[in-house]
Amino acid sequence: MSGFDKVVTSYEEALEGLEDNMTIIAGGFGLCGIPENLIKEIKRRGTKGLTIASNNAGVDGKGLGILLEDQQIKKMIASYVGENALFEAQMMSGELEVELTPQGTLAEKMRAGGAGIPAFFTATGYGTPVGEGKEVREFDGRNYILEEALYGDFSIAKAWKADRYGNLMFRKTARNFNPMAITAGKISVVEVEEIVEVGQLDPDEIHLPGIYVNRLIQGTFEKTIEQRTVRSA
Amino acid sequence: MALTREQLAQRVAQEFKDGYYVNLGIGIPTLAANYIPDDMQVMLQSENGLLGMGAFPLDEEVDADLINAGKQTVTMVPGASIFSSAESFAMIRGGHVDLTVLGAFEVDCQGNIASYMIPGKLIKGMGGAMDLVAGADNIIVTMTHASKSGASKLLAECTLPLTGKGCIKRVLTDLALMDIADGKFILRERAPGVTVEEIAKLTGGELVIPDNVPEMTF
Repeated sequence: MSGFDKVVTSYEEALEGLEDNMTIIAGGFGLCGIPENLIKEIKRRGTKGLTIASNNAGVDGKGLGILLEDQQIKKMIASYVGENALFEAQMMSGELEVELTPQGTLAEKMRAGGAGIPAFFTATGYGTPVGEGKEVREFDGRNYILEEALYGDFSIAKAWKADRYGNLMFRKTARNFNPMAITAGKISVVEVEEIVEVGQLDPDEIHLPGIYVNRLIQGTFEKTIEQRTVRSA
Repeated sequence: MALTREQLAQRVAQEFKDGYYVNLGIGIPTLAANYIPDDMQVMLQSENGLLGMGAFPLDEEVDADLINAGKQTVTMVPGASIFSSAESFAMIRGGHVDLTVLGAFEVDCQGNIASYMIPGKLIKGMGGAMDLVAGADNIIVTMTHASKSGASKLLAECTLPLTGKGCIKRVLTDLALMDIADGKFILRERAPGVTVEEIAKLTGGELVIPDNVPEMTF
């Protein structure tokens, strides 16, 4: 790495400095657009006591689900955690703390974290268990709750294509939480399918500027499909 | 006769208007997409970041990078657009989606909805439902009117943890279409062959019965 060149050549280097008890913000929706190789590297490193913010927690044996196998996750901040038996078992036994967060609030908490906004008011969750203990303010006759931004020691994400400066393009619905997750981490690590030379991406077509990216690595991906639904011709 | 799943979906589709952007929840709401009239344009929003969701793909079209909020593989219609989750919920929270349709466990006559959690049972999470009910103005809840044992799900007060407070104004059940206003359910339509008395018996919250309650037509 030198200058604006964000490219690292090994997954080990990509997650250098990740320590026990850190907070990680992760991109992905279900198994779509997840940083699958970075997750595998966290498993290999055996980092423990992690707090992870991600829309979902993977499924058994896939995605963030593999970090449950060695009890590496202490706390999960997510909107939906179904389809994962190991997750359920660890949640029920109290080994794993879970903070259920509405999906839009989670996305906005990440966005706020990356944009220097410490907190925001939203109607989402007012009058529900999510709103308990949170400040309520009335604006124009409607009640809103105060939600705080999320910050990560690391963020891990997946994009489709990048130039060496970390300018990113995402592909289809694999974009999801990835752009906000990247902005909310002190050290943001992004894995992509292809890295091109600087100047080869049209500046108008860049979805997230490289300023948010600290480390970039090219990988190969399994891209597991959770629900393969098809129609017949 | 109580409505079938297909009839519920058909009745939901009657609420669509030409040019509507619509978010359909998992289950019966999603089925409503099959009944969009041919002469009408409706664009489906999927909260994982897609506006202009199409049908399921052909086998050879399957793309792991293109899924809906139920994690099913889908396609895009011409004119579709892709965006991040933050952008997706900005359009929901900002009231830009014309109609939201979703399921529930319970609704009460204060417009409260409980749809994501049954204490003591497996807790899976609310996903985008809390954002959708708080952000949309025009929401239809689809659900069965009562449990299999005959306990009403249209209550004076929800018993389960809430997904949203005071945000539901219209409920479609397998027996009836009802509006909610001023702390009361107002009966608007009946399922074919279902009497007003049967509906009243299975409605826990206060029910207003207008003089004329027509049968639904399909």
